[in-house]
Amino acid sequence: MTKTGIIYGINGPVVYLRGNTGFKMSEMVYVGKEKLVGEVINLTKDTTTIQVFEETTGIKPGEEVTATGDAISVTLGPGILNNIFDGIERPLGEIAKEGGAYINRGVSVDSLDTTKLWDVHITVSVGQEVNGGTIIAEVPETTAITHKSMVPPNVSGHILSVVTDGQYTITDTIAVVQLEDGTELNLSLAQKWPIRIPRPTLKRYPAAKPLVTGQRILDTLFPIAKGGTAAIPGGFGTGKTMTQHQIAKWSDADIIIYIGCGERGNEMTQVLEDFSELVDPKSGNPLMDRTTLIANTSNMPVAAREASIYTGITLAEYYRDMGYDVAIMADSTSRWAEALRELSGRLEEMPAEEGFPAYLASRLSAFYERAGMMENLNGTEGSVSIIGAVSPQGGDFSEPVTQNTKRFVRCFWGLDKSLAYARHFPAIHWLTSYSEYLGDLAPWYKDNVSTNFVDYRNQLLALLNQESSLMEIVKLIGSDVLPDEQKLVLEIAKVIRLGFLQQNAFHAEDTCVPMEKQCKMMEVILYLYSKSKALVTMGMPMSILKENNIFERVIAIKYDVANHELEKFDQYKKDIDNFYNKVLETNA
Amino acid sequence: MSIEYLGLSEINGPLIVLEGVQDAAFEEIVEITVEGKEKKLGRIVEIYDDKAVIQVFEGTENMSLKNTHTKLTGHPMEIALSTSMLGRTFNGIGQPIDRLGPVVSDVKRNINGLPLNPVTREYPRNYINTGISAIDGLTTLIRGQKLPIFSGNGLPHDQLAAQIVKQASLGENSDEEFAIVFAAMGVKYDVAEFFRRTFEESGVSEHVAMFLNLANDPVVERLITPKVALTLAEYLAFDKGMHILVILTDMTSFAEAMREVSSSKGEIPSRKGFPGYLYSELATIYERAGIVKGVNGSVTQIPILTMPNDDITHPIPDLTGYITEGQIVLDRVMHGQAIYPPINVLPSLSRLMKDGIGEGYTRADHQDVANQLFSSYAKVGQARALASVIGEDELSPIDKKYLKFGIAFEKEYVGQGPNENRTIEQTLDLGWKLLGLLPKEELDRIDTKILDKYYVAAE
Repeated sequence: MTKTGIIYGINGPVVYLRGNTGFKMSEMVYVGKEKLVGEVINLTKDTTTIQVFEETTGIKPGEEVTATGDAISVTLGPGILNNIFDGIERPLGEIAKEGGAYINRGVSVDSLDTTKLWDVHITVSVGQEVNGGTIIAEVPETTAITHKSMVPPNVSGHILSVVTDGQYTITDTIAVVQLEDGTELNLSLAQKWPIRIPRPTLKRYPAAKPLVTGQRILDTLFPIAKGGTAAIPGGFGTGKTMTQHQIAKWSDADIIIYIGCGERGNEMTQVLEDFSELVDPKSGNPLMDRTTLIANTSNMPVAAREASIYTGITLAEYYRDMGYDVAIMADSTSRWAEALRELSGRLEEMPAEEGFPAYLASRLSAFYERAGMMENLNGTEGSVSIIGAVSPQGGDFSEPVTQNTKRFVRCFWGLDKSLAYARHFPAIHWLTSYSEYLGDLAPWYKDNVSTNFVDYRNQLLALLNQESSLMEIVKLIGSDVLPDEQKLVLEIAKVIRLGFLQQNAFHAEDTCVPMEKQCKMMEVILYLYSKSKALVTMGMPMSILKENNIFERVIAIKYDVANHELEKFDQYKKDIDNFYNKVLETNA
Repeated sequence: MSIEYLGLSEINGPLIVLEGVQDAAFEEIVEITVEGKEKKLGRIVEIYDDKAVIQVFEGTENMSLKNTHTKLTGHPMEIALSTSMLGRTFNGIGQPIDRLGPVVSDVKRNINGLPLNPVTREYPRNYINTGISAIDGLTTLIRGQKLPIFSGNGLPHDQLAAQIVKQASLGENSDEEFAIVFAAMGVKYDVAEFFRRTFEESGVSEHVAMFLNLANDPVVERLITPKVALTLAEYLAFDKGMHILVILTDMTSFAEAMREVSSSKGEIPSRKGFPGYLYSELATIYERAGIVKGVNGSVTQIPILTMPNDDITHPIPDLTGYITEGQIVLDRVMHGQAIYPPINVLPSLSRLMKDGIGEGYTRADHQDVANQLFSSYAKVGQARALASVIGEDELSPIDKKYLKFGIAFEKEYVGQGPNENRTIEQTLDLGWKLLGLLPKEELDRIDTKILDKYYVAAE
């Protein structure tokens, strides 16, 4: 017996039903004749409040709302990767096939293709005890990723029957489980999970491995761990989206979930085009094979924007449960917060700071806490890393979304307007950014890159900090009056900024740089510093040192030394030695 | 025969409340007759049971609780569309005001439009040559882009927009089908007249549809004007395969109209009294630019907005910048120095530029020259700040070179005549000429090969 209610009020995406409908909180409902998808967000004895994930134009009081009995949830199964969905997991490709260029309302399409036959390899046998998370079948979902279908969490029993290896759709029953209470449950390749509830795990591991992104300022100065959280705040035009694209392209995660939340339509199109053409450097497969896009562009309904973040993280948790490292790009969490504000305003809730609802902080924390390196129910190890862009109003980091996000993330990559204006990209400012993971990751760097890595990194950052305080003086009196030792610091800091921190996303070699090269680059820069410093201490003026083009050559290392030609670095060290000797000879 | 409702239960600014309505739909359009003669249109913005809150487009003057007849039309706001609308003038809600009679067409569209599916969009890559160096060279306009002009009161944004229209539409591609849709929201009569005259003088009037909501026209109409204009633009572009340039001026008036209506509705304000849905509303307008796969036409938007008190962090420019694909920022100081167009290039940006320039589009050195000009001009700012503290004479020789470069850049590169139409080669060569004022080793953004090919030091 399905429960129904009658509409009596409509205000934008919010619809009110009269009376005690018996609906449940977060239940998915169909609204009106067009069967628009909605969710129950408030219940009283007299009214039920629903947020509708589609435009409500044309809805009339008196129309009926039907409950589905289930919380708003997503379908999890093969076919998620290499696909693009809207905020409530409706495939945009299918919608385009049905409705043409525009997204019509009330479109009813299955989240995943139910007719496609998948090559299924069964991994359980009759009589076997299974629990939540037990892998029952493996499916090659894309060339890059093997999909592992699992027993849903909270289910345990033993296998009654199972099909043989072969081709099945996601709706076919592939195994029957007898639960402990004797009832039988049919399992298929797909399962459903409510988006607002985190998928359960056994335990959480501390951060130990970095998410290697190939971006020097991130990997070296402010690393994020696998299972970590990071925020990228920045005003418009500072390069949030660009940074997210770079991480999505080059990071060593197995799976990327890219959530375009309230952003530009053309950007999603660009990701779709680029990622289909680009090839993953590690596996040689198209990047889309490991990527899922969730597109809720700024002109799509606001309630679905709010849901898109949860849809994305639920998909991520599902792949984590298979034992994969998943990274989520949420671009942008501010649009999500604004969707909360918009809905809160429509509900006439009492606003807190800047009109945002008082529950903003708790929603943000609940979202970021779903990240982590976990031991899954089936014993595998997987991680969800969240990288959230923040679009602070007016580029002012003191606004509520940035401030509250800062409390719940451990990595902060602050984008800077003046760097962006000077076209220094990535415009991540080294003085405002931080990473709390450095200490956790130090052992990994020591074992896998170099024992000196963290030491080099700290020296680099110290030089940049010295530069910043020297610049205060230079701003007042010019650089000519500084002693040569300090002039050298400015010169080396310039080498670091131009040669190391600036990274050209459009350059074939420079767009993604392996850790070993990053380490060597630091080594050469610091070697140049120590040799020059020795010369300066002997009384050589900076003007003589600058006559040699070694500084420019070290800056150009990023272009001149290809990523696989690390042996060339020795030559640079020799050149620095020659430079040292030559200056000594000619000026002794 | 549809039912007419007599009288109202409340009038509050542009909003009226009608009770006892049956079968009213959200966003439905109603026709209101005042005292049996004056006709007005309204839109249902909220419904509770049999009570509908209606927004009246033409203002609520002369209305009383008793003298009105209200009729439901049964559909949301629609407009009849036809290519014959080009060359004509309409009011803010799409009714002809040029005395040439109504538009005849069987094509009617909902003005709210529908979101374009990202899957069916085509990523814009063809650049539009505007003949203005600061735009072509540094913030290239791409067909299908939305690139607003952030301006202030008293700055020559109208002249700039007019120059873009003139030079872009009459360029080498003028044989292609192009048209201009012009939407004025709350602008002065003189501004609308300036555009009309410019279109006439450059001989494009036949290709322009004008939607005018002037400063003294009803405020609520403004909320509809850009949507009506964009509905026509989408029709011409995606049904008729034309390249449409849409000028929307002034988006600030549009947002302020929204604030006015929101406050009469008693909604909870967010920033500076603007409603929480300002972002979503602006987005539904700006996102209606683009190209659809497999269709010839395109919609390119140049919205103009005046920043209140020249403040780029004000919610209207701020939210706009987050939605549009870049911005062109005009600067009062440069205007004061009689530089036209007074484009402050540092905060200006075109996000689509990177994919529409370079080899095969403009010239291989384009991106490098642009990066270097940005980077060097940013250093000019530092040199100027230092000069203001220690005096120009005390600057190091290199800083003095930057000062010289800065002045030349503003005067020769950014500055140009209001009728001067530069080719992309001229713009790029001019960039190299200016970079010649700086020593070669200062040019750290340019690939060594390109640098060797083009760099010539100035005497």
